Amino acid sequence: MGKIDWGITEEQQEIVNLIDDFGKERIVPVRAELDEKGIFPADILKELAQMDLMGLYISEEYGGFGTDHMGFTLAIETMSKYCIGVSVSYAANALGADPIILGGSEEQKKKYLSPLATGEKWAAFGLTEANAGSDAGGIATTAVKKGDKYVLNGTKQWITNGGEADIYTVFAVTNKAKGARGVSCFIVEKDTPGFSFGKKEDKLGIRASCTRELVFEDCEVPAENLVGREGMGFLLAMRTFDVSRPGIAAQGVGLAQGALDEAVKYAKVRKQFNKPIIANQGLLWMLAEMSTKVETARAITYAACRTLDAGVKDVSKISAMCKYYAGDVAMSVTTDAVQVFGGYGFMKEYPVEKMMRDAKILQIYEGTNQIQRDIVGNSLIKEYASI
Amino acid sequence: MNIVVCIKQVPDSDKVTIDRETNRLNRAGVPSIINPFDENALEMALQLKDEHGGKIIVVSMGPPQAEEALRTALAHGADEAILVSDRKFGGADTWATSYTISLAIKKIEDVDLVLFGKQAIDGDTAQVGPGVAHFLDIPMITYAKGVEVTGDTFKIDKVTEDGYEIWDVDKPAAVTVVKEANELRMPSLKKKMAAKKAEIPCWGFDELNPIEENIGLAGSPTKVSKIFAPPVKLNKEILSGEPSEMIAELIHKLKEQHVL
Repeated sequence: MGKIDWGITEEQQEIVNLIDDFGKERIVPVRAELDEKGIFPADILKELAQMDLMGLYISEEYGGFGTDHMGFTLAIETMSKYCIGVSVSYAANALGADPIILGGSEEQKKKYLSPLATGEKWAAFGLTEANAGSDAGGIATTAVKKGDKYVLNGTKQWITNGGEADIYTVFAVTNKAKGARGVSCFIVEKDTPGFSFGKKEDKLGIRASCTRELVFEDCEVPAENLVGREGMGFLLAMRTFDVSRPGIAAQGVGLAQGALDEAVKYAKVRKQFNKPIIANQGLLWMLAEMSTKVETARAITYAACRTLDAGVKDVSKISAMCKYYAGDVAMSVTTDAVQVFGGYGFMKEYPVEKMMRDAKILQIYEGTNQIQRDIVGNSLIKEYASI
Repeated sequence: MNIVVCIKQVPDSDKVTIDRETNRLNRAGVPSIINPFDENALEMALQLKDEHGGKIIVVSMGPPQAEEALRTALAHGADEAILVSDRKFGGADTWATSYTISLAIKKIEDVDLVLFGKQAIDGDTAQVGPGVAHFLDIPMITYAKGVEVTGDTFKIDKVTEDGYEIWDVDKPAAVTVVKEANELRMPSLKKKMAAKKAEIPCWGFDELNPIEENIGLAGSPTKVSKIFAPPVKLNKEILSGEPSEMIAELIHKLKEQHVL
């Protein structure tokens, strides 16, 4: 079958098989409706919890399954073949939990990771603001210490799982004079007085995912909810992105694979001029290019995961590389998939137009693909500094 | 509460061939699955366990590879699995199978409920459930959509052709479950990994100690004389034209046949 040997372990293969079955049985039948009506996949997340998959990335110590970066990435990739609106709602839990995993105290881990592992609670990550997108250091939400509490004020924007999640890792300025080094990370629980949600966004793609504002109005958070130390927030956010970006890359790989699967199947059965359209060399070469792009995106994504799993310290470059490369591949492959389908591809009766709409976000969120190139470029400048 | 769920491993497609000599199914080379109706029995057991606690033991009689179906059931949430297998059990009809399975269930302690799918998709007899209940001498309700535990009895919602019946039966009882009852939950990753390593005891002739003339081909009163696919005789006609014309034509034809 021309399959590439990626050195997947037996356990990782079990994860893939389980999610693949789940995707076919539970996601495919509902994805068009979730997309059209913008329905958050709460039932799907509940079922994933029952399957031990909500805690896949959380260590066994806190009740998770304790898979490595490779295993979790494979899970996201597989789910993304079927719908990245669903897979982002799933993966955003890990994004929300990552600051706690990376910088939280033992008490915080016990208290917050355990209910996330069982799926009893969901998480979200709150960094972006209206004037702090690519320039994440420019956030304006403030946290002022008052006795044994911090008082938060400000608005976070476009927060995935906003309103649905129970546990939020929120970034706020504790010392304005220090700039990026004056940012701190806090765990804020839903239902904390002064914490509310703004409008739900109406989006081009990943419409099943919920994107909302987080509004803090004199919201008092216990001081023990500070993650790490004051001023560590920005660093924590960057380290979170280092581990989460391969997950976004995995969404791109999965989405592109899903689009390729649809395109090849269609090209084999669609007949024009009395022959299947795949018999045209021009179209066949297009499919070949799509397939090569998918595999190269997969290769760099897996390389990033293996680098993370090997415990390499500075992974920013490879994480940024796989994120932008796989995101761009997803955009290109889904666009070509629509082309292979021709007019039918433009219609909502077929799944590829949704895939193309969904793909666009992969070039934007978790740092635009231009920012990723900045990260790669800055790494080069550092690497070649002594030469 | 201890619940036994009897499952059968069946071929995964309708592309099964028939051995012309013995008139039995050729099982080799065909991918196998849990009989789909047995999945409903398993889910019913899982729901009862969710609500009342207890233990679910899956039992399957078949060749050694039926172990795979048992592992799948463990991945979906069953607690224990027992394979009933012996060359001497081979060729059993529904009577001999029922007898053999009943011996296995008798060996399991404190069974409150024995669940079956309403029938198997390969043989389609729907006889083994009632047969086992007969040999165990316990009440049997077929085609159940729901089972409620009410003290020492079960309240069972049985589907009939023209409605439903509510039955109260004493424990222990046997029940066959219809498809409408539920849909089997997805397996869990942890249970799936554990199922791969689970020890599945195999109970054969020596463990069950059956009366020899009641088992296997020799203990099977059913003799299959012939299996054939009945010829399909359909007078088919394909209508053509504009949809509105075709619909009018179709209604006309259905009225002609007194269907409408």
